[in-house]
Amino acid sequence: MTTDLTRMTIAEAAAGLGRGDFSALELTEAHIAAIEKARALNCFITETPDIARERARASDGRRAKGETRGPLDGIPIAVKDLFCTEGVLTTAASHILDGFKPPYESTVSAKLRDAGAVMLGKANLDQFAMGSSNTTSHYGPVKNPWRGSAGKDLVPGGSSGGSAAAVAARIVMGATGTDTGGSIRQPAAFCGIAGIKPTYGRCSRWGIVAFASSLDQAGPMARTVRDCALMLTPMCGHDPRDSTSAPIETPDFAAAPGGSVKGLKIGIPAEYRMDGMSGEIAALWEQGAQWLREAGAEIVEVSLPHTRYALATYYIIAPAEASSNLARYDGVRYGLRVPGESLDEMYENTRGQGFGAEVRRRILIGTYVLSAGYYDAYYKKAQRVRALIARDFEKAFEAVDALLTPTAPTPAFGIGEKSDDPITMYLNDVFTVPTSLAGLPGLSVPAGLGAQGLPLGLQVIGRPFDEETVLRVGEVLEQAAGFSALPEFVTEG
Amino acid sequence: MALDIAAVRQIAFLARIKVPDAELESLAKELSHIIGWVEQLNEVETEGVQPIYSVSEMTLYQREDKVTDGDCRGKVLANAPDRVGGFFAVPKVVE
Repeated sequence: MTTDLTRMTIAEAAAGLGRGDFSALELTEAHIAAIEKARALNCFITETPDIARERARASDGRRAKGETRGPLDGIPIAVKDLFCTEGVLTTAASHILDGFKPPYESTVSAKLRDAGAVMLGKANLDQFAMGSSNTTSHYGPVKNPWRGSAGKDLVPGGSSGGSAAAVAARIVMGATGTDTGGSIRQPAAFCGIAGIKPTYGRCSRWGIVAFASSLDQAGPMARTVRDCALMLTPMCGHDPRDSTSAPIETPDFAAAPGGSVKGLKIGIPAEYRMDGMSGEIAALWEQGAQWLREAGAEIVEVSLPHTRYALATYYIIAPAEASSNLARYDGVRYGLRVPGESLDEMYENTRGQGFGAEVRRRILIGTYVLSAGYYDAYYKKAQRVRALIARDFEKAFEAVDALLTPTAPTPAFGIGEKSDDPITMYLNDVFTVPTSLAGLPGLSVPAGLGAQGLPLGLQVIGRPFDEETVLRVGEVLEQAAGFSALPEFVTEG
Repeated sequence: MALDIAAVRQIAFLARIKVPDAELESLAKELSHIIGWVEQLNEVETEGVQPIYSVSEMTLYQREDKVTDGDCRGKVLANAPDRVGGFFAVPKVVE
């Protein structure tokens, strides 16, 4: 029974709850038990079983009175520990937020709570969402539930690594993630699940620990495209407390999957065929295009000429914004304080000990590119190139309805690999960063296993606020791929 | 542009991050490497291109000018490492 309850999709579980096959509390207990057995993966920074049980009982109570709040009512999920949760430790996987219990709930997690979702805990991540491997967490790395044919401990990707690993390990049914340069899509690809970063402005950023405010966007991670769509609808919507939250209606995203892609034009960006792309990634990409062709879509080659400059642009803009955002951690209002002789020394000691190596690196880069004399040469230059990158996409979308690319240049790699040179790690996000710079929606769909028995993802990119086409194309790929492989952690323990 | 130890010390001070002296040299190398890498943007012709600071094509709206929050001093102070009589407390700055 326990196993069955953790193997369902959100859509199946919602149907089962509706039929009365099991209660929300039974569903929650099954997942709490699964989490306890999966602690070796280190998916969670804080487990919240008591909150989960309380919310599950409330969900059952609503259902008994016929007052169910929709498909997420009673569904157990994880919340990335970057979302502030009222009264529950919120760390951003950092030392500097030691002991921080927010007195408020982020808009997105509040909306999921109000839709009846049951929070099982706060998922591990790269510190302040800065990383692509979940190895920068102050709380230790997360292990990918996939080990592949080499049987090694692999990274789950990042920064939403705990969320992705928990969904793939069947210990939660869905999770929230955030994506600044690929932090939902790349871990989704590494863990063999689906994840969508919606258009910038769809989800309120209020109450999410800020990294790079012009890029940060929340989104769902789940085992199917349809489950992502079910979670996405309640997560979106205008919020007056986030001035960049788009004042537009949220469609019912769950109605999008299942539609036809006949007649749609799908672009293949020529510049994404990079030197040194692995053969299996190139083959999977071609296979994806073929699946869409067979479903009636037209495949068109397009050009995004500034693609190769996206990473360098990102690694000026994101650290610049981060250096401003992270100025708030001063040892005065919350979290860690390390004493000093003067106020300045207290700041320096607190921030020196409170930030990890990667966060420190990015704050210093950001401080440098924003400093007097360098602002125009670096920051303003990057914002001009960003405009060109966004313009490339605008032009492409005059000719096509969506774009198809790989999600990441490689499958999951070993814990500790790629850590000698920061730039090697940054290259993980080469296919996801351009979308973030342009603010567009991007979805990663599990599309197959590579030669090492590890999952590979395909990315669908859409026009601004056209998540529906992205989800529709994504589900067609998902159906054609028929990805049903399970990670070694699930099959072997 | 390569950053030397003095430049890193200055940036670290601007960012109010204490960097142990022993780490300055390796950090200078690391940051120089990253700065050198992002300088590839100099290849891109951007003459006449307007920089963009946000991708959302909205103009910021103004809300009604009235108090919508507040009266929650206890909550605001609850996470403070040190507080005195309803205020955040910091090391003495005036003798």
